[in-house]
Amino acid sequence: MSMQRIDARPPVRLFWLQSGGCGGCSLSALGAENPDLVTTMEAANIEVLWHPSLSEASGREVVSLMERLESGEEPLDILCLEGSVMCGPNGSGKFHILSGTGRPMMDWIRALAEKARYVVAVGSCAAFGGITAAGDNHVEAVGLSYEGRKPGGLLGGDFLSSGGLPVINIAGCPIHPGWLCETLHQIAAGTYNETDVDEWARPLSYTMHLVHHGCARNEFYEYKASAERLCDQGCMMENLGCKGTQARADCNMRAWNGAGSCLDGGYPCINCTAPEFEEPGHDFLRTPKVAGIPVGLPTDMPKAWFVALASLSKAATPARLKENATAEMLTVPPSDKGKTRS
Amino acid sequence: MTRLIVGPFNRVEGDLEVRIDCADGSVQNAEVVSPLYRGFERILLGKPPLDALVYAPRICGICSVSQSVAAARALASAIGVSVPRNGELAINLVHATENVADHLTHFYLFFMPDFAREIYRSEPWYEDIRERFTATRGTAVETVLPARAQFMHIMGILAGKWPHTLSIQPGGSTRAAAPGEAARLAVILKAFRRFLERQLFGDQLERVAALENEEALVSWAGERAPEHSDFRRFLNLSAALDLARLGPSSGNYLSYGGYHLEDTSLFGHGTWRNGQANAFDPGDVAEDLVSSWYKTDGPEPPASGTTEPDAEKTSAYSWCKAPRLGGEIMETGALARQLINGHPLVRDLVSRHGGSVHTRVVARVLEIALVVMAMERWVAALEPGGHFITHGDMPSRAEGIGLTEAARGSLGHWISIENGQISNYQIIAPTTWNFSPRDKDGVAGPLEQALIGAPVRKGETDPVSVQHIVRSFDPCLVCTVH
Repeated sequence: MSMQRIDARPPVRLFWLQSGGCGGCSLSALGAENPDLVTTMEAANIEVLWHPSLSEASGREVVSLMERLESGEEPLDILCLEGSVMCGPNGSGKFHILSGTGRPMMDWIRALAEKARYVVAVGSCAAFGGITAAGDNHVEAVGLSYEGRKPGGLLGGDFLSSGGLPVINIAGCPIHPGWLCETLHQIAAGTYNETDVDEWARPLSYTMHLVHHGCARNEFYEYKASAERLCDQGCMMENLGCKGTQARADCNMRAWNGAGSCLDGGYPCINCTAPEFEEPGHDFLRTPKVAGIPVGLPTDMPKAWFVALASLSKAATPARLKENATAEMLTVPPSDKGKTRS
Repeated sequence: MTRLIVGPFNRVEGDLEVRIDCADGSVQNAEVVSPLYRGFERILLGKPPLDALVYAPRICGICSVSQSVAAARALASAIGVSVPRNGELAINLVHATENVADHLTHFYLFFMPDFAREIYRSEPWYEDIRERFTATRGTAVETVLPARAQFMHIMGILAGKWPHTLSIQPGGSTRAAAPGEAARLAVILKAFRRFLERQLFGDQLERVAALENEEALVSWAGERAPEHSDFRRFLNLSAALDLARLGPSSGNYLSYGGYHLEDTSLFGHGTWRNGQANAFDPGDVAEDLVSSWYKTDGPEPPASGTTEPDAEKTSAYSWCKAPRLGGEIMETGALARQLINGHPLVRDLVSRHGGSVHTRVVARVLEIALVVMAMERWVAALEPGGHFITHGDMPSRAEGIGLTEAARGSLGHWISIENGQISNYQIIAPTTWNFSPRDKDGVAGPLEQALIGAPVRKGETDPVSVQHIVRSFDPCLVCTVH
């Protein structure tokens, strides 16, 4: 008896473009583990037609493939864009002409998005404009179907790909490899639908959570034992601009690079999965306050209750937490009552 | 004369186009085009100075830590703060992890797959190289990706995450290592050393690091069959294809040194011109803008540089500016670094053949061994419990320069602060030096010069020799223009 292929479906064809970004989402994806990125794609039955960092094909070969996809001569299942769409100057797209083609990248992106069954924005730049849209945004950087928080972008806020879904925004700066791998796997399996994304069309698989969830500093948060300077061990919400209680992502439940997260690294969450995170309206590393009370308190919590609970819990802060909160390393260990350290 | 436009170039970071004029089977003239402009120098204007540590790493996803280090050093010089020894060690470890991972990615995923192309089918080494290095399907990929990812756990422990960490600050690192964590770092390095010694070198790092000259390298390579290790595989095909003659360097090299520790650094800084080492003075750097799509023509010293895009400028052909040192082009990268630091093997190779595809790759692979050995020493030197950071106050008015070495070469940030805000910020990245366009005197950039004479086979639209030369610089185009 001959072996039968388990997956008899034709491979799902993916094409990856990069425009106004830093390539960091691809590099982050290369860190995928258990299994690695290439094996993950294979397991998802995804055939990568071309990826700028990984593929052999260069030059004419790629342009001719793009022409065949654009004309519909060859089918395209998933289009991934990494980096924002460069519309400037004056809507001409001349800030990024795709090399070897003389044609603005934004035209290529639009043409291929119209043909793709699914369109995936990889990272906050492709989703919302991201860091590239910061400052005066004289480069006119936008996302695929958002311009910051405004629906629109290159393809329009009501864009649906031929598979019937909006642009799927795997937001983050950068993305966690797990967010990408899981989403692509589900799309390729044909099981993805509109209930799998949140109000910004981000995969709920990771935006169902707050960065606060699983944060190793939660006990400090409970007692409002706050870090005062970077590298302190306490909660960074009160003084250092940490947005973990508002930011939507599972960064503290799913390790980064095998071991970490921003908070574990000793610096605040800047809410990089959210539209317009690049322009917080205040110093990233400082919490804006009114009358000593931080603005931008946790979502879902009435302000008066927060203030009341915070003053209560502050009064009850154990000495261990108070001391550790402003130390560079945890110095006072928890103790068992009645047992002294030998 | 036939003009070829080569692009899009993949397996480089960012978008790149190379225009070449060919005649008599070789390249006669080349123009290097960086076709993407994002304007980070403008984004940073008016921002709180420390916010540069959020924006600047995002210039580049492959060398974000190098951008952090340059920004933090520029801010540190503005604040006047110095880093405690533990902080220096932690920063060096994080920075080295990025640089080594970058060299590894370059060798295995970006550079070697070109030798698995059909065009080399008749070569005696082809079958082995095809099986080992074919893009995404070669046997190397399945071992390199996990080894790289595990090595990057150092980032998880000491930097929170990679890319785009905020752990590197002007006064040190926000992540103090505990004793148990120092032990984990040592274990990760041990596992990575094992991968390097079994797969990449097929020998101890110490033996590779101690190779003194070309004879020693050739004799070391000959101890085993090429298939015994990936570096030997490269040396074998490099000899067969005479890569030592391909993509010649101009003879001018620059390095800012790097990996600082208590008033010294692992690699020294300076320049190398006409076979001579010289000191480097940042005051000699200026950017020419004649061939770049910006409003002025320059040359401008970076401290007072401008970034006013002009997509209609007819004399221009690239978004890359043209940095010059005392008016001269400079090549930067692992080759320049090891040459200036005086590694005997690199000095010997350059004195015999000059810089080339061969020398650039040998210097890069050699550097993997040198830096991993240094990382082991730095981990052993960590003193958990001691300080990792010093805090300082940001003045409302100041200037600062931050110089460092990214994997690809010399990276500099120049910052001016007025009224507590960033009033000017200029960045010169390694590939800005290497891939710069022509200046006011019509002098071509290092890559433009290195491409002259590259062989073009009949019928080639994207000449493979041009691909080898371009990738031997390990270019990063998103950094170039930033």
